[in-house]
Amino acid sequence: MRVLGLDIGSRSVDAVWLDDSRIVDWAVADSGFDPGSAAAAFVDRCAHDVIVSTGYGRHAAKERFGGTAVTEITAYGTGAAVLFPEAASVLDIGGQDTKVITLGHGGRVTDFEMNDKCAAGTGKFLEVMARALGYSLEEMAECALEAEAGIAISSMCTVFAESEVTGLVHRGEDRARIARGLHDSIAKRTLGSLKRVNAQGPLVFAGGVAKNPAMVALITEGFAGEVRVPDEAEIVGAYGAALSAAVE
Amino acid sequence: MSDQSVDYHPMWAELGLDLPSHDALLGAVGQLFGDAYLTQENRPKGMDYLNFVLSEVHGLRIKELDDFRKAGGKVFGTFCLYVPEEIIRAAGGWCVGLCAGAEFAYDQVEQIMPRNTCALIKSFMGFKLAKVCPYIESADLVIGETTCDGKKKAYELLGEIHNTWVMELPQMKRPQDLEMWKGEIRELVKKAEEITGNTITAESLRASIKEVNDKRRALQRIAAACKADPAPISGKDRLLATQVAFYDDVPRFTQMMNALADELDQRVAAGEGVAHKGAKRVLVTGTPMALPNWKLHDIIEKAGAVVVAEEMCTGSRYYQDLVDENAATLDEMIDDIAEKYLDINCACFTPNKGRIDDVVRMAKEYGADGVIDYSLQFCGLYEMESNGVESAVREAGLPVLKVTTDYSMEDVGQLATRVEAFLEML
Ligand code: SF4
Ligand code: SF4
Repeated sequence: MRVLGLDIGSRSVDAVWLDDSRIVDWAVADSGFDPGSAAAAFVDRCAHDVIVSTGYGRHAAKERFGGTAVTEITAYGTGAAVLFPEAASVLDIGGQDTKVITLGHGGRVTDFEMNDKCAAGTGKFLEVMARALGYSLEEMAECALEAEAGIAISSMCTVFAESEVTGLVHRGEDRARIARGLHDSIAKRTLGSLKRVNAQGPLVFAGGVAKNPAMVALITEGFAGEVRVPDEAEIVGAYGAALSAAVE
Repeated sequence: MSDQSVDYHPMWAELGLDLPSHDALLGAVGQLFGDAYLTQENRPKGMDYLNFVLSEVHGLRIKELDDFRKAGGKVFGTFCLYVPEEIIRAAGGWCVGLCAGAEFAYDQVEQIMPRNTCALIKSFMGFKLAKVCPYIESADLVIGETTCDGKKKAYELLGEIHNTWVMELPQMKRPQDLEMWKGEIRELVKKAEEITGNTITAESLRASIKEVNDKRRALQRIAAACKADPAPISGKDRLLATQVAFYDDVPRFTQMMNALADELDQRVAAGEGVAHKGAKRVLVTGTPMALPNWKLHDIIEKAGAVVVAEEMCTGSRYYQDLVDENAATLDEMIDDIAEKYLDINCACFTPNKGRIDDVVRMAKEYGADGVIDYSLQFCGLYEMESNGVESAVREAGLPVLKVTTDYSMEDVGQLATRVEAFLEML
C-alpha cells in the first residue's frame, strides 16, 4: 500500500511517501500564504492509495484531498517511536509551537503538553531574533554555540524580546552572546516543559528547530537522559502520519 | 431566537433592556445554538422541548416571569448551587439562575473589575452593565454568596446597581460550620418571607422539597441512562437540560425531563445511541458551564467522542443529592436542607476531597475512557485543585487532560487539537 503523509504546518508543508511502511520519497515546501496549494502539488506528484494529514491544516486537507487526519501529537509520537523504538519521549519544536510527548509501551502516547498559544521559543521566534541580530539562522546558531556565555534575555514574548535584543545591540553588546542568551532561554523553557510531563530519556528531538545545532547542544546538556536527533528532523510528523495509516 | 409571531420588544423595553445590544446578543446565541446543537444527528425527540425552551429563552419564559410578577409574585436570582431553591419556592417565590456563559461588554466590565477576573463573573457583570439580561432585570432580589473572592467582591459592585443580598457560606465542613450554615439558611427564610410577604410553613416547605427533589430525580434518570454504551443522548444535550433546569418552570420541566428519560431508557433497551457503540467516552469535571457556554462539549463531541457525565455545578453536583423527605417539623426540614447543601463539593471549600472521590467514582460508573478537567482561566480555586484531581485520576488508571480556557472563541483551534490528541491517546 502506498501512503502519502502530509504535515501541514504554519511554516512548512512536509510530505512523506511510504510503500509498505518504507520511505520511498519525501519533500518539504514553504507554507507561504497558501499551504493548500503546496500540499496539492505533493498530492499530484506521485501515485498513492491513502492520504493521512496532520498539522494545523489537517482538517482542511482531509476535506480537500480525502483520507484521514491525525493530530501532530499522534503523528510525532508514532514517527519518533518507529525511528527510535527505545524512545521514551519526544520533543518537537516547530515553526509556531512546541510539543512534548511521553511514550509508553509500543510507542503509545501517554501524555503530552503543547505550547501553542504564542510563538515564544519556536522556529518563528528564532527567525525574528536572527533578523534583529542581522544574522542568518545558521550564523546565529553557530555564533551562539561559540559564545562563552550568554547575556540573559528577560522576555520570551517574540515582540518584547525583539525590542530587548535591538536595545542590547544598540548598547554595543556582543551579538554572539545575545544569540547565546536567546538559545539559553528557549532551552530553559523547553526543559521546564519536559520536566512538567516527567519526560524520561531517550528523548527524540524533532521538528525544524532540531536542525539548529545550538539548540540540540543545549537540550542535550540540560536533559537528564539521552537525546537523539533524527537525520530528517522536519519530516517526522509527515512520516508518523503516514505510518498511522498502516496502524489502522 | 424567539417565536416570529410575537414581538417581545415592548416587554424587553419595559424591563429596561438595551434593545440593540440585546438583539445582538440573542442573534449570537442563536447562531451558537445552531452550530453546536442543530447540527447534531440522531437526537432524542424529547430534546424538542429543550430546543423550544431555548428558542424562547428571552421570550416566553420572560413573559411567564412578567405575568407572575404582575400578579404579585417575586423572582429571586441566584448564582450558585448553595442557595436553596426549596426555601424560595416555599415562600411562593421563583428562582432563576443568573450565571452567564458568553463574553459580553467586557470593555464596560473592565472599567470596574480587573481584567484577570474569571469569565463567569465578567460575563454576568457584562450582562448587567449592558442591560441585556431579562432574567436579572426580572429579579426582585439577587442572592449572592461568599464563595470565591471574585464573586464576593463582584456582589459589592452589583449591590450598587441592583437589589442584592449575600449569604455567608462557610469554607469548611466541620460541625460548627454546619451550625453556622443552618443559621444562614434561617436568615434566608426570613429574607424570602420579607420579600414575598408570605410565611413559610411546614406544608409549603415539604411541598417544595418534594418538587425540587423530583426535578433532581428526573435529571438523575437522564444521567444514569448515559452509563450505557452507546450513550443514548449527547453530552451537549444533557448539559443543556441541566442548564435549563436553573430557570425553567419546575413542575413542567420535571415532567418533560421524565418523558425524555423514558425515551432514553427505551433507546438504551434498543441499543440506540448518539454515537456508535465503542465511541470514546469522556467525563468532564471542573468549573460550571453556564448557558450558552457549550464550547468544550462541542469540541469533544465534534471530534467524535461522547461526554458521558459532568462532575460540575451544571452536572452531577446539581442533582446527585436529595433533601431528606421525612422530616416532621419545619425546623427539621430547614436543618435537612442545610445538610444537603453543605454536602455539595465546591473548590471553595477546604479540604474538598469529596469532589475528587466523586470524579474517580463517576469515571468508573460511567465507563469513561478519560477525564477532562476544565477550569475557567483566573479561577484560582479550580486551577489549584486541578493538581489533586489529576493525580487521583491517574492513580485510578485513567488519562487526564487539563484545560484552562474562557468564553472567547480565539483558542478553539488549539483546544480542538489538544482534545483530538487526547482522544487519539485513549
Ligand atoms: S462552582 Fe462553587 S461557587 Fe461556583 S456555582 Fe458551583 S458551588 Fe457555587
Ligand atoms: S469559576 Fe472560580 S473564580 Fe469564577 S466564579 Fe466560580 S469559583 Fe469564582
